[in-house]
Amino acid sequence: MSFSWKNIKRRTNLLIGSALVMFVAGMAVFAPLLAPYHPTEDANILYSEEPPCEQFWFGTDIQGRDILSRVIYGSRISLSVGLFTQFMNSVIGIFMGLMAGYFGKWIDDLIMSITNILLSIPTLVFALAVMALMGPGLINVFIALGVTNWSYTCRLTRSQVLSAKRLNYVMAARALGYGKFRIMFNQILPNIMGPILVISTLGVAGAILLEAALSFLGLGVQPPTPSWGGMLAGAREKLFTAPWISIYPGMAIFLTVLGLNLFGDGLRDLLDPHITQQK
Amino acid sequence: MFAFIIRRILQFIPTVIGISFIMFVLLNVLPGSAALMTGGKEILSPEIVKKLEKKWGLDKPFHVRYLNYMVGLAKGDLGTSFIRGDKVRDIIGNRLWPTLKLAVAALAIACFIGIPLGFYSAVKQGTWVDTVTMVGAVSGVSMPQFWSALLLMYLFSVVLRWLPTFGYGNGDLKNLILPAVTLGIGYMALLARTTRAAVVEVLSQDYIRTAHAKGLSVLFINGKHVFRNTMVLILTTIGMQFGSLMGETVVVETVFSWPGIGSLMVDSIFLRDTPVTQGCIMLIIFVFMSVNLSVDILYSVVDPRIRYD
Amino acid sequence: MTELSNRTKRPLLEVDHLHTSFHTFDGVVKAVNDVSFAMNTRETLGIVGESGSGKSVTALSIMRLLKSPPARIEKGRILFDSIDLLEISMSRMRDIRGNRISMIFQEPMTSLNPLFSVGNQMSEMFVRHQGLTRREAWNRSVEMLEKVQIPSPGKRAREFPHHMSGGMRQRVMIAMALACDPEILIADEPTTALDVTIQAQVVDLMMKLRKDYGAAILMITHDLGVIAEIARRVIVMYAGQVVEEADVISIFEEPRHPYTRSLLKSIPKLGDASTHGRKRLQEIKGIVPSLADLPAGCHFYPRCPHADPICRQGEIALEEPAVGHRVRCIRHAGL
Repeated sequence: MSFSWKNIKRRTNLLIGSALVMFVAGMAVFAPLLAPYHPTEDANILYSEEPPCEQFWFGTDIQGRDILSRVIYGSRISLSVGLFTQFMNSVIGIFMGLMAGYFGKWIDDLIMSITNILLSIPTLVFALAVMALMGPGLINVFIALGVTNWSYTCRLTRSQVLSAKRLNYVMAARALGYGKFRIMFNQILPNIMGPILVISTLGVAGAILLEAALSFLGLGVQPPTPSWGGMLAGAREKLFTAPWISIYPGMAIFLTVLGLNLFGDGLRDLLDPHITQQK
Repeated sequence: MFAFIIRRILQFIPTVIGISFIMFVLLNVLPGSAALMTGGKEILSPEIVKKLEKKWGLDKPFHVRYLNYMVGLAKGDLGTSFIRGDKVRDIIGNRLWPTLKLAVAALAIACFIGIPLGFYSAVKQGTWVDTVTMVGAVSGVSMPQFWSALLLMYLFSVVLRWLPTFGYGNGDLKNLILPAVTLGIGYMALLARTTRAAVVEVLSQDYIRTAHAKGLSVLFINGKHVFRNTMVLILTTIGMQFGSLMGETVVVETVFSWPGIGSLMVDSIFLRDTPVTQGCIMLIIFVFMSVNLSVDILYSVVDPRIRYD
Repeated sequence: MTELSNRTKRPLLEVDHLHTSFHTFDGVVKAVNDVSFAMNTRETLGIVGESGSGKSVTALSIMRLLKSPPARIEKGRILFDSIDLLEISMSRMRDIRGNRISMIFQEPMTSLNPLFSVGNQMSEMFVRHQGLTRREAWNRSVEMLEKVQIPSPGKRAREFPHHMSGGMRQRVMIAMALACDPEILIADEPTTALDVTIQAQVVDLMMKLRKDYGAAILMITHDLGVIAEIARRVIVMYAGQVVEEADVISIFEEPRHPYTRSLLKSIPKLGDASTHGRKRLQEIKGIVPSLADLPAGCHFYPRCPHADPICRQGEIALEEPAVGHRVRCIRHAGL
């Protein structure tokens, strides 16, 4: 009994996680079909700060826009920022990690000192510095988050490469005279994709939180584009009169990030033979 | 031991130089850009711009400015604010205490709740306490701070009216509670997760089996062997993640109108007051690195395997 | 101590129809399947078997050191000095562990906590079981290190495990196990992880200490050489069962179970044809069956050179063809 419960619980984080992620992805893809109103143009000052009701399920904001519709469209921003920036970080990180791990010597030293420096700068602070230089805006968010957060992926890849290098299949490939890049990309990379996938999933969650924070501070995606973080920017001032403005966009961020984190955790459990074997 | 500490401090220096270089390049890529690009460009006449540039030393070539900046940095001089004309050091100095207070309070909440919770759920693996803690922890790391801030404000200020919504007050404890809890939640959740994983890992080690075979009590084994070995792993996380805590002060201070370094940094970004922005960033990073350095030193105290040579 | 005479009559340790299994995702693994044996005071009993034969699990069951879940002791009794170890509370068990029954493990490299000095970890024994002060305990620990022939024990006690070699650490483990003068010492493959020369030293040390301390030793190993050197009586285990039990001479001179015979044929003998390359060393064909999916009847059937269809019909009982010689094979008489 207890064993099957454990079994179920282990799978549940993966199940709930993927369900949440699929839900948000569906929202993003079918936003125009799902949203009852247009996220930016259907502003009517007469309906300003309406509490949740039959007409506006999540209520309306200061300008009288339907919060539900804006939350639905906001998923597009969050997901695209999360996926795109993590993709960039993964590509940079994997490449750098492969280089450092495979070639070693001064290349390794150089790349490791760069990641050392990058890891000493809190990601949000780094992103803020980039935004300070380039100014707010969606494209700049892509750049700020896409080039600053690859150190973990790089280090993970490097350590995986270092241990893979000692394994038989790489030795065999070397003995067969395969080229360095062929070994790196065709032999090593597919074998270390598991852990990288896990860290990337968690990275998407992190990037979504960062974008939300930047937009909340007013340095990210600019209004009237519906971004979940940005929708909360002026919410504090309305906490007494219109608390619903604060609740739903935050809930959307929370559930999306939660889904990704659960999915990543579940994936890690699945890939980690330590955990799957026992009990 | 002493030599080890000195050596770690010396290793610190190139990283600081590297970081300051990256930040300086980032914020000063376009000559004179930061201050004069937006806010001022239509209002200020070219002559005034020229004068200001000269006053702030922005007319000099990049490497000269970087050198000047680094010389200043070495002397503890972070430059002069574009907007207020005050020394950046003094502006930041006034903001330092609130930020430290906030960070330390959040760290304390995270450590004193997160670590015991993680420990307990690892020891009670599979029970409902474990399940609840771990669901809570994954939720905690998934919450955006500004949202937890708004929820806490709504509950404790608007509904219950127990605590002030925002502001520093006169530095009262009641003003500190909400920001500290907000900042602490994510970190606490993270520590609970890490601690649990670390304890589970340590519990599976052979030396724990040996300890049981010796007839030692569970309490003794957990309190001595498990705790000490777990601390090594937990300390790493505390050090590594302190950076995100420092980064998150920016958001938390802004949402609570807390007069610290983080909110100063956001303000100065909007005002394009580059020297202040730069100073804030350097300070945050410096605090983070100092914490990491202390963790490293503590590490060598806890773990005899760390070699000092 | 009035029952001392009483105690000498009864065996010191009696394992009686022990069943231990692991409940995993893949099903129930019967690691120990109806194992019974007895052990007298000061006796040295050897348990031999391949990995997966259930010999370590038997030892861990006696110590109640198996993690549950997944492990579960389903049935059986373990009587130690008339106490059923499976019935008593965990806190009473902890009073016995390390004090009256102690155990050393296969992995000397990982069996000591890396963060505490060797002396510190040894002192715990004296503080726990004899109520000594830390200072007294430390002095006793240094004495024990000297007994296991560790040079400059006073200095060594302050060192950490990573300063020591594998053999040295195993000596520390032995010293620790003998610290409270136990009645039984369970040694689970104590030499397997060590270099050959160090193995001999450790075995010699254990034989010497057996005389000094008078503890009964349960020596678990897959190394028949170690068994021949140290044990009086031997139990051969296969797939969770005892397949043969006899005194050490009978096991080597007239093994009755086909598995024991194959085991003996698979070790090289000095001066034998196989060591001169003229004859191939015999191996046991096939692999140990999965404990989650055991063959019906005799568990050794798939690998047995004398297999007969009759071997698959029903459980094979442990017979006693000669006094003190037990064997689990229905065809042993005809072989």
